[in-house]
Amino acid sequence: MTGLFARQHLLAIAPLQRQEIEFLLDLGDEYVDVNRQIQKKKDTLRGRTLINLFFEPSTRTQSSFELAGKRLGADVMNMSVTQSSVRKGETLIDTATTLNAMRPDIIVIRHQDSGAVALLADKVSCSVINAGDGAHEHPTQALLDALTIRRRMNRIEGLTVAICGDVLHSRVARSNVHLLTKLGARVRLVAPRTLMPIGANTWGAEVFTDMREGLKGADIVMMLRLQMERMTGSFLPSTREYFRFYGLDATTLALAKPGALVMHPGPMNRGVEIDSAIADDVERSLIHEQVEMGVAIRMAVLDALSRQLPNAERRS
Amino acid sequence: MSGRTAFVNARLIDPDTGLDAKGGLLVEGETIADVGPRVFNDGKPANAAVIDCNGQVLAPGLVDMRVFTGEPGAEHRETLASASESAAAGGVTSFAMMPVTDPVIDDAALVDFITRRAAATARVRIYPTAALTKGLKGAQMSEIGLLSEAGAIAFTDADRTVASSLIMRRCLAYAANFDALVITHAEEPSLAGAGQINEGAFAARMGLGGIPTAAEAIAVERDIRLLELTRARYHLGQVSCAAALDVVAEAKQRGLPVTCAVAGHHLALNENDIGEYKTFAKVSPPLRSEEDRQAMVEGVRAGVIDAIVSSHDPQAPETKRLPFAQAAYGAVGLETLLSVALSLHHDAGLSLVDALRRVTIDPAKILRLPQGRLAKGAPADLVLFDPAAPRKIDPVEFRSHSKNSPFDGRLMHGRVLRTVVAGQTIFQAA
Repeated sequence: MTGLFARQHLLAIAPLQRQEIEFLLDLGDEYVDVNRQIQKKKDTLRGRTLINLFFEPSTRTQSSFELAGKRLGADVMNMSVTQSSVRKGETLIDTATTLNAMRPDIIVIRHQDSGAVALLADKVSCSVINAGDGAHEHPTQALLDALTIRRRMNRIEGLTVAICGDVLHSRVARSNVHLLTKLGARVRLVAPRTLMPIGANTWGAEVFTDMREGLKGADIVMMLRLQMERMTGSFLPSTREYFRFYGLDATTLALAKPGALVMHPGPMNRGVEIDSAIADDVERSLIHEQVEMGVAIRMAVLDALSRQLPNAERRS
Repeated sequence: MSGRTAFVNARLIDPDTGLDAKGGLLVEGETIADVGPRVFNDGKPANAAVIDCNGQVLAPGLVDMRVFTGEPGAEHRETLASASESAAAGGVTSFAMMPVTDPVIDDAALVDFITRRAAATARVRIYPTAALTKGLKGAQMSEIGLLSEAGAIAFTDADRTVASSLIMRRCLAYAANFDALVITHAEEPSLAGAGQINEGAFAARMGLGGIPTAAEAIAVERDIRLLELTRARYHLGQVSCAAALDVVAEAKQRGLPVTCAVAGHHLALNENDIGEYKTFAKVSPPLRSEEDRQAMVEGVRAGVIDAIVSSHDPQAPETKRLPFAQAAYGAVGLETLLSVALSLHHDAGLSLVDALRRVTIDPAKILRLPQGRLAKGAPADLVLFDPAAPRKIDPVEFRSHSKNSPFDGRLMHGRVLRTVVAGQTIFQAA
């Protein structure tokens, strides 16, 4: 059964069909079970080489892919930009062709520029997974978020999900809008006007600039990290004002549906976009579950892609 | 003092409704309880103190959108109390205070300070504005949300233009987020350069650097383009030339949320009033040509200009008794604002209703204040004045701490007889 995800790369959520997404989520469910056993090691990727190529610093995504690859039996190599020849002036495409010559099977790439991962994917013969490109997409994050929601709520269809904060700079928001709307959720985007992309109202999501309005009746409140490192030229006056009007605390969360759940892709700015009392509330916060689902969904993606690799053994 | 006061035998003028008729007005407590030609049918209101207006004009107290004080930081020029006395003597019962103080009003705590200090020492209503950018530096937007909550009525860098279009765009977008009013100063700084007065033959003859009207028009034009992207509530603090006024008129025609004001001195004076380097006539934007001045009058008549402001900016001798190029900008104006408005009636043929509209209801609406009208339930902020009384402007008589008036010695009309705020008489002519 390879027909449900017959792609060489996972570069974005936008082109995926609903069935492909659901196939990956179902597979992710299986790997959650695997990861909860003592014996987590599989041989699905035995003999395969996985390269993590990160042009932007990352802790959780990189370690999540590393663990996923190792649990599936692959040889995993981590390359970060500080050690690479890119610092010495090599172009992105040269880096790609050089790595390709080493015959990896899958490359996981994160890059600060939108479209850079697709550019690399074009130049290599192996599979490529986008681990975040600029403010474009972060498909595995959206998949792990969906898996988290589906496992907790038993569905995604019909849920109201409010994605709040720095939408402008967020690839997580973009991937989530694509994925959640494909699966039938009602998605809202909540941000001050300076952090709301022009034209966001055409994404199939409802747009709110008032957090109180945007949270009303939401089943899920997904907070985004304020990406201060990407902000040049006064998007906001101060973090204290941001927290006052766009931070999530008990008062603002009370505007959502009773028992509404809270998500955050991490890393969190406590006291900027989310109050610690909410982030650490085990009844409401899915933040740790998201991390667990992250490993499972990445195993699912690696598994699915490996089935398309040349010389792949047919499995049933 | 149950607080019932009857103003009888008045010529009531309420620009909001267009009322201009003989009649009376009853104040109960702090608000207007009744107003109109037949309020006191038998002429004997019961249980009320009676003020006979002797047929003089009773109008809403003036609302001035642009006043600088020196408190905190330059109390020798003007305190909130002295600005309040000056306003009261000029018939101004509410004013928006510019954030150019030391420290700059760019923090919620300072808005709170001004509000409390005004309540304790001032007798007119003072509304603090806050800086649009921190420290008026044009680099980082101020905390528009928190400052709005603290009571800032508008956001402005007062006498500075935000030079960066990117920062200005973000400020406007963010202000729109909170439905906040942005008041701008329009002068493209790189074009104004080191100019001192209006560019033209007069400046050239005097050997002073000129500021072209294009500097103002370009700045307004840019802001209008940004407004199309952001749809913020935008008010041009002072328009001074026909070129900029045309830009505003066109933007209004396109339905953009734009309003503008003209300073009294731009309506009544031109560049020739600078005479022999009179620094009291050094203002920003500079006094313009006579053609531009006439365009301002026509702008008020046509309603393209929504408000007349005093741009009251007290300066002390040490900032004005200097060579022209070194002297500070600014002129006091609270005590001449009404006379300037009346000059539109006496010299330009506007009705009293239309002349007063731009200093009462129209600015009140821009600031979303309930004042500026003679209506049941409205705050009892009133001015009683003789519109025809001649006066020769003598700044020595001003209540303001500062005397830097460009109208010194000028013959004008209008005498304030009584000023009332929240039902209380706070000024009475001797």
